[in-house]
Amino acid sequence: MSARRIVLTSGKGGVGKTTTTANLGAALAKSGKRVVLVDADIGLRNLDLVLGVEKRIVFDLVEVVEGRCQLRQALIKDKRLENLSILPAAQTRDKTAISELQMTEVIEQLGALCDYVLIDCPAGIEHGFRNAIAGAGEAIVVTTPEVSAIRDADRVIGKLHERGLPVRLIINRIRPEMVRSGDMLGVDDVTEILSAELLGIVPDDEEVIDTTNRGEPIALVAESRLGAIYAKIARRLEGELVPFTTLGAPSFFERLFRKAG
Amino acid sequence: MIEFLNRLFGREPSSRTAKERLKLVLLSDHLSLAPDVIEALKHDLFEVISRYVEIDAANCDVTFEQREKQVAMMANIPILGMQKRPAPPPVPPASHTNGSSKPARKASANGSGTPRRRRRKAQPQSMPQPQLAQGSPQPT
Amino acid sequence: MINQVVQDEVPVAGDVPRVRGRAIVVTSGKGGVGKTTTTANLGTALAALGASVVLVDADVGLRNLDIVLGLEARVRHHVLDVLEGVVTLDEALVTDKRVPKLRLLAAAQTREKDDVDTAAFRDLIGTLRDRFDYVLIDCPAGIEKGFVNAIAGADEAIVVCTPEVAAVRDADRVVGLLGDDRKVELIVNRLRPALVRKGKMLSVDDVNDILHLPLLGVIADAPDVIVSTNRGQPVALDPASEVGESYRAIARRITGQDSAAPEIPREKTFLGKLFGGRS
Repeated sequence: MSARRIVLTSGKGGVGKTTTTANLGAALAKSGKRVVLVDADIGLRNLDLVLGVEKRIVFDLVEVVEGRCQLRQALIKDKRLENLSILPAAQTRDKTAISELQMTEVIEQLGALCDYVLIDCPAGIEHGFRNAIAGAGEAIVVTTPEVSAIRDADRVIGKLHERGLPVRLIINRIRPEMVRSGDMLGVDDVTEILSAELLGIVPDDEEVIDTTNRGEPIALVAESRLGAIYAKIARRLEGELVPFTTLGAPSFFERLFRKAG
Repeated sequence: MIEFLNRLFGREPSSRTAKERLKLVLLSDHLSLAPDVIEALKHDLFEVISRYVEIDAANCDVTFEQREKQVAMMANIPILGMQKRPAPPPVPPASHTNGSSKPARKASANGSGTPRRRRRKAQPQSMPQPQLAQGSPQPT
Repeated sequence: MINQVVQDEVPVAGDVPRVRGRAIVVTSGKGGVGKTTTTANLGTALAALGASVVLVDADVGLRNLDIVLGLEARVRHHVLDVLEGVVTLDEALVTDKRVPKLRLLAAAQTREKDDVDTAAFRDLIGTLRDRFDYVLIDCPAGIEKGFVNAIAGADEAIVVCTPEVAAVRDADRVVGLLGDDRKVELIVNRLRPALVRKGKMLSVDDVNDILHLPLLGVIADAPDVIVSTNRGQPVALDPASEVGESYRAIARRITGQDSAAPEIPREKTFLGKLFGGRS
């Protein structure tokens, strides 16, 4: 049976596509699914770094496409989760190195090996984007509650709809205290503007910087608040109806009891 | 600190400003994204107007302008004269404006939804010559 | 195409030939590190110092310089309209009522980066340099055609980098691509001194140990940038904003009015947070 092939995209750079791909993949793998993560950001790869596998790269996506290695040779197995593998991007090439057709073929081959293929899309809506969505059957758009990110997300959602891809939304790096004080757009504002189905709400968390430095996805850090949130998103992806916890407790305790989903 | 003072003096929270700006900019982005919709809109608009007056189709134009907090549609439709065939049945009174005819006027609909397009009242019998503005061609 | 010359863009009268303006591309590789915010604020700060400044958005298809500046409602035309002869340069330049010496040349929203001819864009930057003291080009994320276009015509570059591993890696790639012919300087953005102290974030030295660039400035992470983008009011216009002051200091360094080494933002004390940290 073929895998679900999901592209994670945003338009705007720096909103958390790679972090989300890594953590959602880890959460799915932790729940028993076989997951392959594909870094489609040829030339500026970072998925390997976020997962801490950058020193173990032997072959990459471009070499697979060019037939210089077998697909299985390029896949790097995560040492912490046996169900998780990653296909890294090439670093010294550019996005014209592969075509949409070639990408589709690779994704199909991967689809036969696992339950989920998650494709980390580069920023933008051009070559790299078109390659990343080729071969995908669904899309997750990641946005932050900021004006530029939402504008770009809107553009990308339009492009995805043109391709007939179903779209779900993850709102990343939300700060409940700023929403409450009126300094940041809230979940309702974002979903109203973008009119896409909400998949997850991830609060801003400075621990992400630290875990990325160490190459350890926060979803694998025991008892972490964000880990619990990614686990919920994974369950929603599986079709389970998991309610979103309301953001924000009384402000005095909010750092302690701040929740999301 | 500035934001606290803003709130103290009744200035709206920045998230509300952001939302309004975003909605407007996305509408503007969308209008560019869907030229076929704009074409269909123009086509329908000219078609409806030409049921009442004869228009210079080759010189018709519709543009969209961003004005402060609104997107306005501007239509420039040169009118050549009255239609010879009987006018369609009158529409309900609420949408009527006064019947003076001034050809080649700009019709504009602003984002708040109050159309200011004026048209002649329907006249079933022989129609008087329209009062054309100076310089407009007289129909023969 | 005959361009009307606007009075305040020609600072030198008579026989003295005008000194050509500086063309600086603001780039990073990694998206979301603050290129557009930096372009908007540096441009605003430079113009406030009295220089004539034009900001060029090279992010075709995903423009945001207009919305960060709060000028999105006034954009009628864009770079491609100028390059394709649809309008003159003057018709496309947007004026900022708050900052009289600042102009914006927006990107096209519904076109692609491939639509821009690199040589034509380079010529346009040249034309702008003849008319303005500073031409700041907001580069898109990535290292593809958009990047190639954005750097064409710019003989100086500012690399914006956050103290995060992925950003440093991408910045390093970009520095390699900028080559040796350009003057390249670094702005470290969104530093969190408390996290650096705890060892949870790279320090400015960590970043520059890898990039080896002259340091133009360091900007602390602060929530007032989000608020300023919400309102479309660059922080450089806010006298109470620390981030605004950082940008103003960088502008003074760029013009040569200030040659002191950039200050590294320090960790906020409790009182500092209460009264100065958030606005």
